[in-house]
Amino acid sequence: MKRILALITTAVAVLATAACGSSDPLTGGDGGGDGGGSVVVGSANFPESVLLMEIYAEALRRAGAEVQTRPRLGTREITNAALQDGSISVMPEYTGNLLQSFDPDFTATAPDEVYAALQQGLPERLEVLEYSEAQDSDVLVVTQQTSEQFGLTSMDQLAPLCGRFVLGAAAEWPQRWAGPIADIYGCTFQRVISTDSGGPVTIEALRSGAAQVVNLFTTDPVIEANGWVELADPKQMYPAQNIVPLVRSGALDQAGVDAFNAVSAALTTEELTELNRRIAEERAVPADLAKEFVATAL
Amino acid sequence: MILVEALGWLVDPANWQGPDGLLVRLGEHLWFTVRVVLIAAVIAVPLGLWVGHSGRGGVTLVGAANAMRALPTLGLVTFLFLLSPSTPVLVTIAGLVVLAVPPILAGAYAGVQSVDGRVTDAAIGMGMTGWQRLWQAEVPGSLPLLVGGVRNAALQVVATVTVAAYVGVGGLGEPLLVGLAINEYPQVAAVALVTAVLAVAVDTVLAVVQRLVVPNGLRLAASAAGAT
Amino acid sequence: MLGGIGLYLSSPTNREKVLGLLGEHVYLAILPLLIGLAVALPLGALARRGALLRTGTVQASSVLYTVPSLALFVVMPGILGTSITSPANVVVSLAVYTTALLVRPVVDALDAVPGHVVAAAIAMGYRPARRFVAVELPLAVPVLAAGVRVASVSNISLVSVGALIGIGGLGELFTEGFQLRYPAPIVIGILLTLVLALVVDLLLVGLRRLATPWAHAGVGS
Repeated sequence: MKRILALITTAVAVLATAACGSSDPLTGGDGGGDGGGSVVVGSANFPESVLLMEIYAEALRRAGAEVQTRPRLGTREITNAALQDGSISVMPEYTGNLLQSFDPDFTATAPDEVYAALQQGLPERLEVLEYSEAQDSDVLVVTQQTSEQFGLTSMDQLAPLCGRFVLGAAAEWPQRWAGPIADIYGCTFQRVISTDSGGPVTIEALRSGAAQVVNLFTTDPVIEANGWVELADPKQMYPAQNIVPLVRSGALDQAGVDAFNAVSAALTTEELTELNRRIAEERAVPADLAKEFVATAL
Repeated sequence: MILVEALGWLVDPANWQGPDGLLVRLGEHLWFTVRVVLIAAVIAVPLGLWVGHSGRGGVTLVGAANAMRALPTLGLVTFLFLLSPSTPVLVTIAGLVVLAVPPILAGAYAGVQSVDGRVTDAAIGMGMTGWQRLWQAEVPGSLPLLVGGVRNAALQVVATVTVAAYVGVGGLGEPLLVGLAINEYPQVAAVALVTAVLAVAVDTVLAVVQRLVVPNGLRLAASAAGAT
Repeated sequence: MLGGIGLYLSSPTNREKVLGLLGEHVYLAILPLLIGLAVALPLGALARRGALLRTGTVQASSVLYTVPSLALFVVMPGILGTSITSPANVVVSLAVYTTALLVRPVVDALDAVPGHVVAAAIAMGYRPARRFVAVELPLAVPVLAAGVRVASVSNISLVSVGALIGIGGLGELFTEGFQLRYPAPIVIGILLTLVLALVVDLLLVGLRRLATPWAHAGVGS
């Protein structure tokens, strides 16, 4: 019995030590990542973010950094907090939505305007590197049938229809967009059901008719695969969403910064859509695609 | 501090009303729980009673029930959703039934086992058939443990329906996940509190049921033996 | 379906990831089990000091168990002051559940220690602390082991809920497979969870046998 007690005590001690050891770089960072410690790349909880995380991680590894990944941390509210408390050091981000999270009332829409506003609006310890021309924007989507029935192809035709439409979108959508869409397009949906961030629940909501309109993302291959119709956004309610690395200040050395800038320069919307399609349809592994992309593009 | 904010969130009537209000979510949550526990009971009670009665397959049953406990509900529900995305409610119920069956099965089985051997012997001696023995001696004697199993199952289901919100079927997990998504901690804490209170309420109701179903004879025997 | 699993596992990257997640899962399930046991033992012993203490502790622990795991995971940073992404949130939450699950078995197990053995130990001059560790605890092992087995299965299954906040061991395969509408990783996650639960259960049975050599020494059960 004594032996076993000793065994258990040792096991607890070992595991506890391991716990401290492994959580140290996650919680204890004070921004001093000058290439010595490892860089932690996070991702939000949707597949494209995981893919971009893998691309960033691979580029950093090639630049000689020690890299850890923290996939699927959650929504922007959570990942921003994780960057600020130092649990992660880099996040793949989208310029417009990122700016929105710090400055809900911004009016910029073009890529360079949004980026400029973003550089102004970021809180102290965070910075963005160069943005990519690749974009993945929010887009409202309807079925072919709905589009034909109402002659609906653009958000400026929505106003008279919104009262009878249910929108399916991520939980955080109403807080961010219910105001703007009412102001800009005069649209107040009959109801907004919170589905997920462009995931299976959202897709099923449109398919089953539980929602007539859903919020998806332009690089999602599911839109084309189903012949669904993207609603144009002529008044540019949804701002530019260029892909950009959001970095905790001081977390990267120059080689890391150069690596990210090279990734941003190489990435295009078409490339990103194609990578997403290969993940969704060919079951390609994001980390492998990332290696392939970095090897050929950088 | 967070508790104060959570209570502040709870006393705001706006959070209770409307199609996404807490009342609707609470109703959905309870309705899921009721359906799941009923279906699980229909499956598990006869099985557990029969195995306990016949004395055959007990080891297999306990083993299978334990293995079922290890099945992660989130995995089951997401898997079943992908198989049949158009029926998310059905899929959620099925996933949760898997969670609720083992405790009820164990309760029913242990209940029959707990019936005093002398009682069953007496029943045999009185010339009862197998069915009569089951219905008139073993089932009444097993009720306390059986309802205990149901109580256990209900508790686990109430706590786990929250996971169901991940596939978009509502319940109290919905405001929990929304609160998490928008980083609204008072809301998260408030909903957690409501869920726990609901669990305690369901448990209390079933505890009363458990007391009521103890047959008079057993209660007399128990008090005679000085037990509580 | 099987083809999908084969395809998923044919990638070395995926295999490596699954192994990593399995390791994380073991860690996230076992560490709380040990912490929970370490807390429940003294708590259970304390609870036997009086009838009021006993009902109070047992009731409180059963209420604790009613808090939904997802809720506890997300409220934990507010209580601990940890980062929302810290594994400590899941570890501490599961340790709370383990404690809640184990308090009653500990009390029952200590109750099951025959009074005359304890009396003999007292007569032999064992001080309370030593008596507890050297006499009562070993004799309580058989009943206690049943409770620990239930808690371990429960933990192994609950860890995956943590995937909803980015720390879920094998549960990450569930969210990944779900979002990509790809059942294979989900099935792999479920199967590995089952196997893990089984292996840990067998280990616990083995540990119990080691800890109770008298139970199978041929003197009858």
